[in-house]
Amino acid sequence: MPQANVMMNVRRVNPTTSIIDIHGDVSAFAENVLMEAYAEANTPTTRTIILNFAGLEYMNSSGIGLLVTLLIRINRQKQRMYAFGLSEHYRHIFELTRLSDAIKIYENESAALSAA
Amino acid sequence: MSTSPPPTNEEQPRDAAYWSSSGSSLKVTNIPSGALNLNVDGRQVVGPLQGFGQMWQKIYRIRLKADEGEGVPPLTAKEIIKTWKVNFPQFWPTGNRFYGPLTGIAPGEVALLSLSMPGGIRLSTGVLVLYADEESFTLMTPQGHVFAGWITFSANEVDDYIVVEAQVLMRANDPIYEIGLRFGGHKQENVFWQHTLKSLAAFFQRDAPVEMQVTCIDPRLQWSQSKNIWHNAAMRTVMYTMTAPTRWIRGKKS
Repeated sequence: MPQANVMMNVRRVNPTTSIIDIHGDVSAFAENVLMEAYAEANTPTTRTIILNFAGLEYMNSSGIGLLVTLLIRINRQKQRMYAFGLSEHYRHIFELTRLSDAIKIYENESAALSAA
Repeated sequence: MSTSPPPTNEEQPRDAAYWSSSGSSLKVTNIPSGALNLNVDGRQVVGPLQGFGQMWQKIYRIRLKADEGEGVPPLTAKEIIKTWKVNFPQFWPTGNRFYGPLTGIAPGEVALLSLSMPGGIRLSTGVLVLYADEESFTLMTPQGHVFAGWITFSANEVDDYIVVEAQVLMRANDPIYEIGLRFGGHKQENVFWQHTLKSLAAFFQRDAPVEMQVTCIDPRLQWSQSKNIWHNAAMRTVMYTMTAPTRWIRGKKS
């Protein structure tokens, strides 16, 4: 069975904002890694979770499904999800799957942090 | 009925050829004989975030022995998905039609559906092939479909077994569908995909129980999406059927 080929690094930028840097593949096998990263990023004062996709190498439809479930989880905590670092290809996928309707996408980290 | 996947080159990610390169609006260019292009052309695809009802994740799973022994050919995950893509409608319960491309399921293709609903109602709708690789493929629904979301079909080799799954991530598209799903629709869907997996297994001369895992991801209703009812494909199909005599008479006169 394929194993998760993904690494996620969590940075707590300030008391209200955390960034999750994603490196590698986002597929069904990334579920545990992603949820553990969110658990680490989520503190009682966290209001915004920012996903950094600059290191994303591969994503399939199960990976998109994971992002949807994470978004629901984040929204239920009354938090917001932002994203940056998406290539043109992944921006197209976010638009096609209508994920971009619910996740604000920024050009770079500083733009995402300014909006947070 | 297709949009070709983008050509792969070194600058594109590994998954580039597997995703639909079309936009979010469906375009039907070729209607197979017997199919009805109603509620599909020009419709936007909708994900689980755009629906009205509760969000559900449903996983239907069957574990098939890779090697059944003498007289039965061994199986691989890729072989199952390849067969499933080409013969997709064959495994559906009777009374439901899937008008896909003759070449099988590929990214960007649009298929027309004619589904059997409770009360003898027929539902004309469609799906976009959102994603397709050698071990999985995903169909995404348009506005007006029973649910907003997608279904991923996959096969993975685990020890001596091939684990075959249909995974649905969905919300009912509008309040009428939400009521329908709560009063029998979910059950009907469960029967539908259980039948499909059993039929697929039988094709490969195998049998196993279908496991089902249902999780409510979000119990809230999205009232802001109640306007989706305007696109309700079931109501539009019924109205289309009821006005058939009028269209026939008009056709005779002109």
